[in-house]
Amino acid sequence: MNYPAIKAIYIFEMSRMRRTLFQSIVSPVISTTLYFVVFGAAIGSRITEIDGVSYGSFIVPGLIMLSILTESVSNASFGIYFPKFSGSIYEVLSAPISYVEITLGYVGAAASKSIIVGAIILLTANLFVPIQIAHPFWMLLFLVLTALSFSLLGFILGIWADNWEKLAIAPTLIITPLAFLGGSFYSISMLPPFWQKITLLNPVVYLISGFRWSFYENADVSVYISISMIGVFLMICLILIWLIFKTGYRLRV
Amino acid sequence: MTPSENIIQIKNLSKNYQDGFRALNSVNLDIRKGEIFALLGPNGAGKTTLINMICGIVNIQEGEVKISDLHNIKDYRKTRALIGLVPQELTSETFETVLSTVNFSRGLFGKKDNPPFVEKILRSLSLWDKKDNTILTLSGGMKRRVLIAKALAHEPKIIFLDEPTAGVDVELRQDMWEVVRQLKDDGVTIILTTHYIEEAEQIADRIGIINQGELILVKEKDDLMLELGKKHLQINLTEPLKQLPLELMDFQIELSPNGKQLIYTYEKIDNTGVSLLLELLSSLQIKYSDIDTKESSLEEIFVDLVNRERL
Ligand SMILES: Nc1ncnc2c1ncn2[C@@H]1O[C@H](COP(=O)(O)OP(=O)(O)O)[C@@H](O)[C@H]1O
Ligand SMILES: [Mg+2]
Repeated sequence: MNYPAIKAIYIFEMSRMRRTLFQSIVSPVISTTLYFVVFGAAIGSRITEIDGVSYGSFIVPGLIMLSILTESVSNASFGIYFPKFSGSIYEVLSAPISYVEITLGYVGAAASKSIIVGAIILLTANLFVPIQIAHPFWMLLFLVLTALSFSLLGFILGIWADNWEKLAIAPTLIITPLAFLGGSFYSISMLPPFWQKITLLNPVVYLISGFRWSFYENADVSVYISISMIGVFLMICLILIWLIFKTGYRLRV
Repeated sequence: MTPSENIIQIKNLSKNYQDGFRALNSVNLDIRKGEIFALLGPNGAGKTTLINMICGIVNIQEGEVKISDLHNIKDYRKTRALIGLVPQELTSETFETVLSTVNFSRGLFGKKDNPPFVEKILRSLSLWDKKDNTILTLSGGMKRRVLIAKALAHEPKIIFLDEPTAGVDVELRQDMWEVVRQLKDDGVTIILTTHYIEEAEQIADRIGIINQGELILVKEKDDLMLELGKKHLQINLTEPLKQLPLELMDFQIELSPNGKQLIYTYEKIDNTGVSLLLELLSSLQIKYSDIDTKESSLEEIFVDLVNRERL
């Protein structure tokens, strides 16, 4: 293992976050606050409780997951797309570093950033509503696995994208709808039976359900199914990455 | 030749890009340890392709490359650690500072932090004052220096400079050659590409000429100059001539438009032509006030070779 290389990539990527500290930290604080103003105050006054949890508290795990998903995908995709775009990728390609190490550096940094953002949202939310975490270990597990798998997905998108439009389109067209329809703001048991079945095709449902369970012990699907689904998703991403690097797809001509 | 004398061995290396374009055609080349090798060729000749294949940036499907007797793909960890590359294009993470981007390069190549060493490199490239500036704020010449610093950051044994002086001012060019000489003294092998011929002539020990993906020739620079160098003899006439006398047609000779000069071009190794010509001139009663000789530059040699190749 070329540890200095992993460390170099990791630090380099994290320094982007330090440079854009305001954007990285203040923007999730503001958007979380807005969510609480809009959803908590406006909708929360109508839906007072879901499964015995106040609406404001209920949406917190979903809000965190939403940010984790979008942050992971955008950080990781940008992290690898930008050097491709600027040409500075030559250095990574000519370095004595394996695909595993490249992936660890970029994906590790992207996942770390989104976990930090998740923590900021949790702390901000805590100012507005009471939060309890029934299973801290499971919560961390869901958080880390989700951040990792969606950072991997972002990494794949960043390699695939050969222009800025493609880079921007996947998050808006796929991630955001999946995340919003994934039960961040409602329990899927509130949907008509037909839509409940359709919703189960959305992988994000499992993430949010499992994550919320680790807070309030109520879930739309069994926590074991949730964790298995994340596992499967992670495996798929890993296999895709492996194939990309094996063929040199879009990195080496 | 013992293997260890050739630090790079390239065998039958060819490249077909995905669009089917054949950018390299069966290149064979050995680079000797510690030499400065200039790869000379026009734009699109395949210089960057060749370098990128050696460095692992472009995939190899045909042929092989060995660095220090190690296969550059199977033993990529060892071989790549030996190589530093200064790319042709100015590319860098623009928002980073000079120091952090150079440290990044060092780490990427598996080396632990070494602030004094990095400082030495930055100072040698007049970058130390700029170490906390972001790359974005630097001029083109300064960016080029940063790329050189990045390539040197991991103490490589082989340095590739891909068109290092394209768009570079005189001062940087001087500094760069100073760095190159210093590296050579330290035993580093240097391969540079250029289409500025004077550059190869100035600094290289050996020269390879590449055109349309084919390595046309590889020679010691001095031999190349000697073998292929042409000389021009300029004869200033006392009386202008209206046209070139028939008797002189056998010589490779031209009359200047004003009729006052004869210019005779001959191979350096041919030393009988000049005296024959001068004898002939006096027998024809053509008087001259002065004669002058000039050697042909590598540029002319190059154009000549490429043309020969095309015939
Ligand atoms: N990725 C690529 N796909 C297709 N053709 C390429 C690619 N890169 C370079 N070429 C072509 O290969 C030839 C050699 O290019 P290059 O190695 O950059 O030449 P040089 O560095 O000598 O100017 C050129 O005709 C160029 O257009
Ligand atoms: Mg080139």
